[in-house]
Amino acid sequence: MKLLDSLRFRIAALFRRSETNAEIEEELRAHIQHRADDLERSGLARAVAERRARIEFGGHERYKEESREALGGSFIETLIQDVRFSLRLLRRSPGFAIVAVLTLALAIGANAVVFSALNGLILRPLNVPQAESLYGIERASDKDPSQSYPDYVELRDRNRSLDGLAAFNVNQVGLDTGENASRAWVYEVSGNYFDVLDIQPYLGRFFHASDEHGSDSAPYIVLSYAYWHTHFRDDHSVVGRTVQLDKHPFTIVGVAPPGFRGTLLIFSPALFVPMIDQEQLDGVNLLNARGDRWVMSVFGHLKTGVTPAQAIADLKSIGSYLEKAYPKDEAHMSFALARPSLLGDQVAEPVRAFVTGLMLLAALILLAACANLGSLFAARAADRSREVALRLALGAGRLRILRQLFTEAVLISLMGGAAGLWGSVILLGRLTVWNPFPQFPTYAPVSPDAYVYLAALLLSLASGFLFGAVPVKQVLRTDPYQVIKSGWTGPIGGNIGRRISARDLLLGVQIAICAVLVTSSIVAVRGLMRSLHSNFGFDPRNAMLVNTDVTMAGYRGDAVPGMQKRMIEAMETIPGVKSVGLVGQYPPLWAGLNNEIVFADKTTDLRPANAAADAGLYSISPDYFQAAGAALLSGRTFTWHDDKDSPRVAVVNREFAHRIFGSVTNAMDGYYKMRDGTRIQVVGIVEDGKYGSLTEDPTLAMFLPIPQSPSSESYMVVRSIRDPQQLAADIRSKLRDLDAGLPSYIQTWNEAMNGALLAPRMATIALGVLGAMGGMLSIVGIFGMAAHSVSKRLKELGIRIALGARRKEVLRTALGRAFKLLAFGSAAGLVLGILASRVLALVVYQATPRDPLVLAGAVLAMFLLGLLATWIPAQRALSVDPLILLREE
Amino acid sequence: MNDQAQILPGTLDLLILRAVSLGPLHGYGILLRIGQISGNALLIEQGALYPGLFRLVRQGLLKANWGTSENNRHAKFYELTTAGRKRLREETDNWNRLATAIASALAVQPEEV
Repeated sequence: MKLLDSLRFRIAALFRRSETNAEIEEELRAHIQHRADDLERSGLARAVAERRARIEFGGHERYKEESREALGGSFIETLIQDVRFSLRLLRRSPGFAIVAVLTLALAIGANAVVFSALNGLILRPLNVPQAESLYGIERASDKDPSQSYPDYVELRDRNRSLDGLAAFNVNQVGLDTGENASRAWVYEVSGNYFDVLDIQPYLGRFFHASDEHGSDSAPYIVLSYAYWHTHFRDDHSVVGRTVQLDKHPFTIVGVAPPGFRGTLLIFSPALFVPMIDQEQLDGVNLLNARGDRWVMSVFGHLKTGVTPAQAIADLKSIGSYLEKAYPKDEAHMSFALARPSLLGDQVAEPVRAFVTGLMLLAALILLAACANLGSLFAARAADRSREVALRLALGAGRLRILRQLFTEAVLISLMGGAAGLWGSVILLGRLTVWNPFPQFPTYAPVSPDAYVYLAALLLSLASGFLFGAVPVKQVLRTDPYQVIKSGWTGPIGGNIGRRISARDLLLGVQIAICAVLVTSSIVAVRGLMRSLHSNFGFDPRNAMLVNTDVTMAGYRGDAVPGMQKRMIEAMETIPGVKSVGLVGQYPPLWAGLNNEIVFADKTTDLRPANAAADAGLYSISPDYFQAAGAALLSGRTFTWHDDKDSPRVAVVNREFAHRIFGSVTNAMDGYYKMRDGTRIQVVGIVEDGKYGSLTEDPTLAMFLPIPQSPSSESYMVVRSIRDPQQLAADIRSKLRDLDAGLPSYIQTWNEAMNGALLAPRMATIALGVLGAMGGMLSIVGIFGMAAHSVSKRLKELGIRIALGARRKEVLRTALGRAFKLLAFGSAAGLVLGILASRVLALVVYQATPRDPLVLAGAVLAMFLLGLLATWIPAQRALSVDPLILLREE
Repeated sequence: MNDQAQILPGTLDLLILRAVSLGPLHGYGILLRIGQISGNALLIEQGALYPGLFRLVRQGLLKANWGTSENNRHAKFYELTTAGRKRLREETDNWNRLATAIASALAVQPEEV
C-alpha cells in the first residue's frame, strides 16, 4: 500500500513537475525576501541585504534540487535528464559510441545464440503436457536407452512407479499413396504412445493399446501435422484413406496436433505407425527377440508421489527378475532415468557438455567485452575529469555524477544488446531451417523465445553495470580543487608509467581470455584438418552411396539377398564404374556402431557376462572392401558362394584379431562364437578403421557375408571417378529398370560423412567464431589503450622528439606498456588455452595443443593482432610535430 | 569562529517538528523559532531547512498552506498533522532517553566504576 502510494505520488509529481518547481522556487524566494527584510531592518541597504540573504541561504540550486528530490518524482525526471545528457555525449564522440555498441552487440549476440541453443536443447522440455514428470529409462551401465520388445513389455506390465510406459523406434518406410513410392521417416510406437503422452489428435483419431491384437494386427497410420500439411495439402478427407507402407495396406486414422513433433527434440517423423506391425516394415519379426535391443527408447510419466530413486529401485527389481529368468539374453539390467528428449544421457551428456562449454566461452567473451568497455569508460572518465571536477565544484553530488555515468553505460549496453539480439534472431532463424543431414528430418529447435529475450536483457543490464562500475573509484576520488588548479587531466592518481593500474590489469586479463580463445580455435581447426586427412579405414573420395531398403518394395526373406545381388550387378554395368560393394544397414562413420557381443571359441556358457568383447558388425557383399578402398591385410574376402548353406565365415579387423586371438597369424582360420552359439571362422584380416566416430578408441569390427547375415536396408558403394551428378542419374535409371517401386537415396560418400564430422565441424565453427570475436575484442582493447596513452602523452613525446629522441625510443615510451601487456596477456592465455585444449580433444579428433604449428599460429596471431591494434597509435606518436604541440599550449 | 554547534544528523527533523508544534510558521519563521528556542546555539545553513521540510510533508507529518506573512508577503505556512504530533512525542521521548544515557555515561567518575 505504502509502495503504491509512493509510486502514485511520484507519478503525480512528474506531471506536476513545472508546477512543483515554480512552487519551490517561490517558497525559497519568499525565504530570502524575509531574511532580507530582517537584514534591512538592522540597517543595511535593500540591495546589500538581499545579497547577504542569498549568500546566507547557501547553494540555491542544490537545495532546490534536493527539495525536489525530497518531494519525490525526481527519479524518473533525473533519469530522463541523464539519458538526454548521455545521448548528447555519445553523439559528440560517435567513434567511441560505435565501437562500444558494436563490441557489446557481438558479445551479447554470441551469448544470445548460444543461450538459445542451451534453451532449445537442454532447458526447454518436450512440447507435451506435464513434460517435467516424463522420464526415459536407460541402462545404468552404458546409458543406452534401447530395449528389446519383450523387455519393454515386461517393464511396462511389471513396474508400479510409472503411469504407463510407451515406446518408440525410428524407422524408414516406402510410402505409396498411389503415385510414386517415396521414403518417409516413421516412429514405430507402442499402442499406448499417444495416451501416455496425453495429447489429442488434430484430425480423426489416434490408435490405442486396445487396437493391438498381436503381430501386424493394427494397420493404422497417424500423420504428423507437418507431413499432412506438405504432402496432403491440408486435405481433411485424408482420414480413412488407405495407403501402402512397404507394399502393405495401412489406413490413415488421424493427424497429430501442429505443436507435436514426436518425442525426440531434433528428429521429427512424417508419420506414426503401431510398433506391433514391425514385421511388415522390417521384413523380420523382432517382437519376440529378447536379446535384440531395437526399440529406441521407452518412457512414461512418474506416478505422483513416486520419487525417481523409488522408480529406479522398482525397475531394478524387475531387471534382476529378468536376469534370473533369461540368463542367456539379459545382463546389466539396472536402470537409470533420463530426459527422453535427447535419447537419454548417452547423447544428452556430450550435447550438454558441449553447449555448456560454449556458454562458458561466450560468457568469457562478454566478460572480455566488459573489461574492454570498462577500460574505455575509465579512459573517457579520465578525459572528462575536468568536467567532473567542475560539476563537483558547482555543488553536484558525487552520487549524481555516478548516476549519470551508469546511465550512459546502461544506455550503451542496452543499445548493444538490442543490436546483438537482432543479429542473433536473424542467425537463429537461419539455423532453425538449416538441415545438415538432408536424408534425415532433423530440426534444430533453437528459435528464440521469451527466455532468450529476457536473458539478453539481463546480460545487457548486468554488463552495463559491470563496465560502468570501472570508473567509479576514479570519480569518487576526484579532487575538484586539484584538477582545476593544475589543469591536469590525466588518470586520477597520476600513475601513467608507474604502478599497475586496475585498467592495465583488466586489459591484461582480457588479452589473456582472447589468447585462450584464439589458441583453442586454432587447435580445433588444426584438429579438424587432421581428422579430415586421417585414415578412416576406407576412402570416401570418388564413391557414391546408394541407400535402399528392399522391404520398401515388398522383398522378403530369401528374395532380399537376390535382389541386392541384382542391384550390384546392375551398378557394375554402368560405364566408368570401377567396383561396387554393398554393406548392410549402414556404412562405417555414418550412424553409430551396430555392436554385437562375441565369445571365444572355448566359451560354452554363452551368457552376456562371459562375452569376450563387443564388436561392430557389418554385413557385406564380396567386393565391398575393394569398393570401399579398405586394404585386406591377409587371407581372402568373400565370394557369392559364402551363402546360407556354406560354413559361416568372417573377415575381422586387425584390432579384433589382436584382442580375441592375440595376433593376426593366430586369428587366421581361427574360430569365435556369436551370441546364438554359431561358430564363425576367420578367413581374412582387414586394416583398422573408424566406425562409430572419429574420436573413438581402436574398435573391434567383424565383416560377415551378407547372405549369411542378411539385412534389407543397405548402402551400395559405387566407386567411380565420374561426375557425381551424372553418375547418380545413371544409378537411378538402372534401379528404375530393376524395380520402379524401390525408393532410393543417392549421395556421395563425402556428403554422407558430414554426419560424422558434424560435431567437430560445429565445434570448429563455434570456436572459430568465438576466437575471431576474441581477436577483435583484443584489437579494440589494445587500440583503445594505446591510442589513449599516446594522446595523453603527446606533449611529452613532442618534447622528446624536439630534444632528438629516435623513433625507437619514442615508440618505446608511447607503446611499451601496451606491448608489455600484450606479451604477458598472450603468454598467460596461451598456457591456459593449451590446458583448455585437453577438453577439446574429447570433441575434436586429434586436437593436440602440443603441435608446433598450433603454438606458432597462436603466437603469430596474437602478434598480428598487437601490430594491427597499435599501428595507428604508433603512426600518430611518430608523426608528432613538436612545434605545433608546443604552440597549442 | 563562533560557539554554535553543528546539529547532529537526523535531529533537524525533530527541531522542525518542535518549532512548528508551537504554532503555524513559514520556512524562515521556523528557522527563527529554532534559533529562539535553542538560544541560537545551533548552526543550520538556511537552505538546508527546505529539503527536510519537504520530506516531512511527504511523510504526512506536516501540512502546508499558502498565506500572508507578518511582513505582508506571500508565504507557505506549516503546521503539525495528527501523525506529526504523535511522531514529535515519540522522537522527544527517544531523544530524552538517549541524552540521559549519554549524559550519565559521560558523568561517570573513575571511582564509581
